[in-house]
Amino acid sequence: MAAYRYGYSAVLFILCGLSVFLVTNGQETILTGDDGAAAVDSPQTVTETAEQTAEQPAVEERQWEVTEVEEASPDEAAADKQDASAPETLVPPSVPRPKDDFQEELVIRPLHSGDIYASFQFRTLWETDFMRGNKVSHYRLFPKSLGQVISKFSVRELHISFTQGYWRTMQWGQPFLPAPPGAELWVWFQDSVTDVDGTWKELTNVLSGIFCASLNFIDSTNTVQPSASFKPLGISNVTDHRFLRYATLPREIVCTENLTPWKKLLPCGTKAGLAVLLKSEKLFHSSFHSQAVHIRPVCEDWQCKTTSWELRQTLSVVFDLHTSGQGKREWSLFKMFSRTLTDACPLASSSKVYIDITDNPEGEQFELIPATPLLSQAVVLGDRRTFSVYDLTQQITFGAVRSLNLLIRWKSTEGDMLRPLLHGERYVAGYGLQTGEIHTLMYNNHPYRSFPVLLLDSVPWYLRLYIHTLTVTSKAKDNKPSYIHYQPSKDRVRPHLLEMLVQLPPNSVTEVTVQFERALLKWTEYTPDPNHGFYVGSSVLSSLVPSIVAMDTNSTQERPLFSSFFPCKEESSYFVRVYTEPLLVNLPTPDFSMPYNVICLTCTVVAVGYGSLYNLLTRSFQIEEPSLGLAKRIANIIRKMRGVPPL
Amino acid sequence: MIEGLALLDLGVSPYSGDVFHETPLIIYLFHFVVDYAEITFMLADVITAVALYLAVKDYNKQVFRKQKFALEADRYPLDCLELIRSPKEMYYIPLKVAMFYLLNPFTILSCVAKSTCGLNNAVIALFILSTIKGNVLLSAIFLSLATYQSIYPLTLCAPALLYLMQRQYIPVNFRRASFWWFIVQYAFMYLGSLFVIICLSFFLLGSWDYLPSVYGFILSVPDLTPNIGLFWYFFAEMFEHFRLFFLCVFQINVFFYTIPLSIKLKEHPVFLIFMQLAVISIFKSYPTVGDIALYLAFLPVWSHLHRFLRNIFLVSCVLLACSALFPVLWHLWIYAGSANSNFYYAITLLFNVAQILLVSDYFYAFLRREHHLTYGLYLKRKDGSEATLVLK
Repeated sequence: MAAYRYGYSAVLFILCGLSVFLVTNGQETILTGDDGAAAVDSPQTVTETAEQTAEQPAVEERQWEVTEVEEASPDEAAADKQDASAPETLVPPSVPRPKDDFQEELVIRPLHSGDIYASFQFRTLWETDFMRGNKVSHYRLFPKSLGQVISKFSVRELHISFTQGYWRTMQWGQPFLPAPPGAELWVWFQDSVTDVDGTWKELTNVLSGIFCASLNFIDSTNTVQPSASFKPLGISNVTDHRFLRYATLPREIVCTENLTPWKKLLPCGTKAGLAVLLKSEKLFHSSFHSQAVHIRPVCEDWQCKTTSWELRQTLSVVFDLHTSGQGKREWSLFKMFSRTLTDACPLASSSKVYIDITDNPEGEQFELIPATPLLSQAVVLGDRRTFSVYDLTQQITFGAVRSLNLLIRWKSTEGDMLRPLLHGERYVAGYGLQTGEIHTLMYNNHPYRSFPVLLLDSVPWYLRLYIHTLTVTSKAKDNKPSYIHYQPSKDRVRPHLLEMLVQLPPNSVTEVTVQFERALLKWTEYTPDPNHGFYVGSSVLSSLVPSIVAMDTNSTQERPLFSSFFPCKEESSYFVRVYTEPLLVNLPTPDFSMPYNVICLTCTVVAVGYGSLYNLLTRSFQIEEPSLGLAKRIANIIRKMRGVPPL
Repeated sequence: MIEGLALLDLGVSPYSGDVFHETPLIIYLFHFVVDYAEITFMLADVITAVALYLAVKDYNKQVFRKQKFALEADRYPLDCLELIRSPKEMYYIPLKVAMFYLLNPFTILSCVAKSTCGLNNAVIALFILSTIKGNVLLSAIFLSLATYQSIYPLTLCAPALLYLMQRQYIPVNFRRASFWWFIVQYAFMYLGSLFVIICLSFFLLGSWDYLPSVYGFILSVPDLTPNIGLFWYFFAEMFEHFRLFFLCVFQINVFFYTIPLSIKLKEHPVFLIFMQLAVISIFKSYPTVGDIALYLAFLPVWSHLHRFLRNIFLVSCVLLACSALFPVLWHLWIYAGSANSNFYYAITLLFNVAQILLVSDYFYAFLRREHHLTYGLYLKRKDGSEATLVLK
């Protein structure tokens, strides 16, 4: 229904745009062809005209993105008939299309803290079936290494992310793709897999080789099977969590050696397209860096007759230009990445750069150079955002200098960020190395709606959780979770898994506390820097957050990639996943320098016990005979030889 | 303990995790009395004290009777009269034992900490009482209960057998049928009740999960949380490929002394019980202060051995100092961070050495008194000068 309305309104404003503002449109198309100086002027003229007709808010945009407008109308009828069971559908196959397809896009969002959030997404779609008997041998866009992994290990979905730094939700808002610090891997296997644990073990080792990461440290002690928090994101009919494995390595340090293999998976490599910007010396000089690979099956069309595999490679980075900059608040592609864009990847069917200008409708906050006539609106994370679009497949985007160097110059620092509706924090309370308490705070910033949140906590076995101390309080009242799934740990075998469904009252903080005891490990089980502490992975909050604007449940429409990751089933809410901070917990340590001493001393004590008891058990009391001196004994021997009685 | 109940309430098997290691019967007992946990633990301590009181009283009567017979038969040498125990000094011993148990700071600590050790002590005390009263069936049942709670009291079956046979005038002779018949009877009762208890816990839980979780936990020592024993730091610092070997060596220690001790002390099963309890509490894998309290309660029974103790002053000083230093060094290590684990470990070592010396000193004194009762107190050498006794 939303699509219907959306399409309808889209048709409406084409008509309005054409009839009422024919002049403005004409002016703009001319201006875009002109040089930069003229282009800067154009938005001002548009906004001036728009201000006069304030009663028609839909029309005050300059020009809608071409693709969106065109596709909205033919989809109208289809969207009505479409049933809800097809979550992810792509372009209707009206024209014969190649079996694989590659899209790339970059979203840049100026954050209110003065930082810049840049998110790359590369999507490869391939209509093939890895699970059939005959091996897929011919690869075009899809990376062969991952294709082989999928078919060998019968993977249904694979999500892997490497993150350096922590996403500050309260300062930066929600990210397009959330990821916890360190490495995260979760995989749904096909239900034909019999030995899931063995396959998982092999898979992590293979992925560890592909991504040059320490994923081989994933074993049963940090793997859990969440029962509710991680549902398949692609099409799937299995929800049996026996085929799901989830693991995090919060200690994992992400660096260039992880980025290089990630870049090699792209069809164009780093030779062309958006990927030329991915220079590691700049990407890792940032406050937050997260790269991910998501593989899932998606529907090929709205009827979901055929499925195809989607590989999404995403890379998000937050640049801290404001504090590290030279005092001026301005940034450009060159400043951020030390490269400019010169072309699109020739293999890409679409290659776009989006700049979030929602907070800057009048251009009063920052100035965007060169300006673009293309605008796009997308509902993302419960908010309708407006983006300036640069289509890299159009030569005109690069202008006369044959290179695109986007520049934003800040004018003012005012403006309020929309507070994220869901936010989580976590910390360890208590002192000493014996016991402690994990506090997880969940903020519901919605003024009047309450919503349920699934909390997932995976705690290593050496923190022994006492589940009887679990308390959930919100607004100083006990808030009983409606669902608890708890799997206690086994020493050196598996971690604790705690999953809870908690209803968060509106405008409140819900606090989950649980006490734990720290275990003493064997000296070989400590990390090389034991006094640094042990990491406990982020807890995961998954929730359907009530949306302010109607969400777009119709997925037949071509949408920007960043807004189409989590499938959306209903209009009134959208899916959000929030990761809390990882914890750093100190454990008591033995003295590593003295295993020999300890073994010797303890054995001595046992020997003292054994010796004294043995002594008493085997000997009996006798009267002490005074022992003769040596001289006397020798004299006795001589006397004996002489036949004389001894002394 | 409470954790186990919470898991049970959540519908999770308490043994699927590694936090809970108590037996199923205990969990179901606490299902009913969890609201009165303090009272339960106090009650257990009182039961232990009363049982010990009655047991020691009965034992003293027998000791006195035996001594009277021996005196009448003129079996003691003449100069041993000062070793003969008078009813006056023996009168207050049962009371002293009960008080020693109840007022022992270790008992109080263990009661306040709500350690299930108090319950185990109660079961063992009831076993001692029923054994001394000569009730074979109850003795076997309580022994199997104690074994079920933690494996180690298994070694107490030797003194129980010896005592019961002594009471029924069955000679300890391997060639006699009555000896073997009695052993078979007792073993049958013991194993039967153990079987019933284990099956009962199986039916309560519906699974055998508890067996590895309770007994595997005791035997394989996976939990290295610091306690007052010898195991935790040793196995934290152990090289992985020697672990199994040393585990066997350390566990055998508890059971190893049973047979030689019962041969040496076959005439004195109650002293053998005391020795066994002490050995268990020193060499068990997760010792607690409650275990020590139980065997320390027997010390007043052996008050007549004081004249033969060699280094009781030193040992008791060390024990007292260690008890005081435990919390201090624990605090320094865990909370203040100004000491490391070696400090606490050193104290556990010293504490265990002191315990070993205490036990072996009492053992020495007991053997020496027995020797004097046979050969006279003032032994002379062949040439008439005063002799000194040595172990040879």
